[in-house]
Amino acid sequence: MHPSGFCAAAGISSVYSMKVIEVTNLHKRYGTHVAVDDVSFSVAEGEIFGILGPNGAGKTTTVECLSGLREPDRGTIKIAGADDRDSLKRIMGVQLQSAELPEKLKVWEALDLYASFYGRTSGDLLERVGLTEKRDTYFGKLSGGQKQRLSIALALVGGPRIAVLDELTTGLDPQARRDTWELIEQVRNDGVTIVLVTHFMEEAERLCDRLALIDAGRVVATDTPSGLVAMVDDEQRLRFRPSGPFSEEILRALPEVTEVSRSGEQVVVTGTGNLPHAVTLALAAEGVIPTDLRIEQATLDDAFLALTGRKLA
Amino acid sequence: MKKILAVETKLHLRDSWSMLFIIALPLLLLIVIGNIPDLGKPNPDLGGERFVDTQLPATMLLLALTTVALTVLPAVLATYRHQGVLRRMSTTPVSPASMLSVQLIINLGMAVIAAVVLILGARLVHGSPIPSHWAFVPVFLLGTAALMSIGLLIAALAPNAKSAPLIGNVIMFPMLFFAGMWIPRETMPPVLRTISDYSVGGPIVQAMRDTWAGEAPSLGSLAVIVVGLALFSALAVRLFRWQ
Repeated sequence: MHPSGFCAAAGISSVYSMKVIEVTNLHKRYGTHVAVDDVSFSVAEGEIFGILGPNGAGKTTTVECLSGLREPDRGTIKIAGADDRDSLKRIMGVQLQSAELPEKLKVWEALDLYASFYGRTSGDLLERVGLTEKRDTYFGKLSGGQKQRLSIALALVGGPRIAVLDELTTGLDPQARRDTWELIEQVRNDGVTIVLVTHFMEEAERLCDRLALIDAGRVVATDTPSGLVAMVDDEQRLRFRPSGPFSEEILRALPEVTEVSRSGEQVVVTGTGNLPHAVTLALAAEGVIPTDLRIEQATLDDAFLALTGRKLA
Repeated sequence: MKKILAVETKLHLRDSWSMLFIIALPLLLLIVIGNIPDLGKPNPDLGGERFVDTQLPATMLLLALTTVALTVLPAVLATYRHQGVLRRMSTTPVSPASMLSVQLIINLGMAVIAAVVLILGARLVHGSPIPSHWAFVPVFLLGTAALMSIGLLIAALAPNAKSAPLIGNVIMFPMLFFAGMWIPRETMPPVLRTISDYSVGGPIVQAMRDTWAGEAPSLGSLAVIVVGLALFSALAVRLFRWQ
């Protein structure tokens, strides 16, 4: 494998193959408490890479080491194009968990100030994060979602190649959360590599191309969200109300089906493969329509539970 | 750096309470106390000087300086650390040390404004002298620096944002007492006077009064202030935390 800095210098731009971050055997302890035991992962250029795990798993310590705020006790962190702390700070924008701003700092002043740290102007960033109308509002008067969007803007104001975002939707209402997700996707479309730390399964599933599941300071698994789910269980469950009577045997006869049961009017079919298609087709042949059809699949929560014996949230 | 200075100055001006305490309160006390009739007469206890000549303006200036250095400065720094403002800055190319320098500059600026207001106020209202010895300015700067080093130490030690100004007040009031805010140093019993001599606030007031009256400051006062500055700034540098 090439050292990634060399690739950047050579101008090779094969998206998704060039590693911009490479973390190997990271270890960090505070006193006797081991926060990060052994964490390794790599992030490709243009990726949204998730670090998912329960509170206290070592996610924040990992990104603090990544962004140069803490010195790891062991292990290496390689970041393409960052040979020292100064260049690291120029190419990496960081949004820290629960980092606030002075109450009486206005939105435009914050952006203007942080832009000046990089010798840049804030450009259309205010518009991109949807805070144009709030430009003269004090930070202390913003809603949780608006504060987060400003925080993201500050992480982007230096025009970074990598943005590290820690727990950015914690405490937001569902609408604000979805708006924030959309913003993250736009940022990625602009070519920024994103490292996203979260303990929200839904967020990881929606946004991340790949993610590392972290538990008790160790990486349990690294894969795409669907890859992680498939790792534990490819069984699906179908629930529906049949429009008329039918024999359960016609479903049991299907190769995809492993089990059929009834609870009240509801029929529950468990199986693998293209289960919904096979079941609806078989029912249609009998003139039966499945109404209120619901498909239940394993989630990242299930994957985490299976891999660690613990619940994520 | 210029931008941080501009933004932080604005933030200080928006915090009208601290401006009120730093400038308006000492000025108001200077005017009100100075109008007590006996204090405008020559006082044998003060070596024939009037109370309003140097005693009152110097202690009011110390009140302003301690408010700046022991409560405003540590409160802002502890709050910025607590809120993660300094942490966020450490992820940018600009070091949070620039924020520290900016706070020191702004607080020094407020101290200078308070001094000018009190000197002119005492002159106009009570006919007090204008500090006439050249050493007044170095004494003022040295004293302010010593008080700020104590403020930085408070910011370093305060466990959270709210405790910083509280600790500042706990140090500030005994310091004002020993500096002679309520009992002039000349009329203190010997024990109090000795404590006062070593209390940092005491020598600052003494040196300011001397130079205010046109005399050279005593080397003893200067020595205590210099030792205090060296000691507290060394401790503050060792103990300061950015996050």
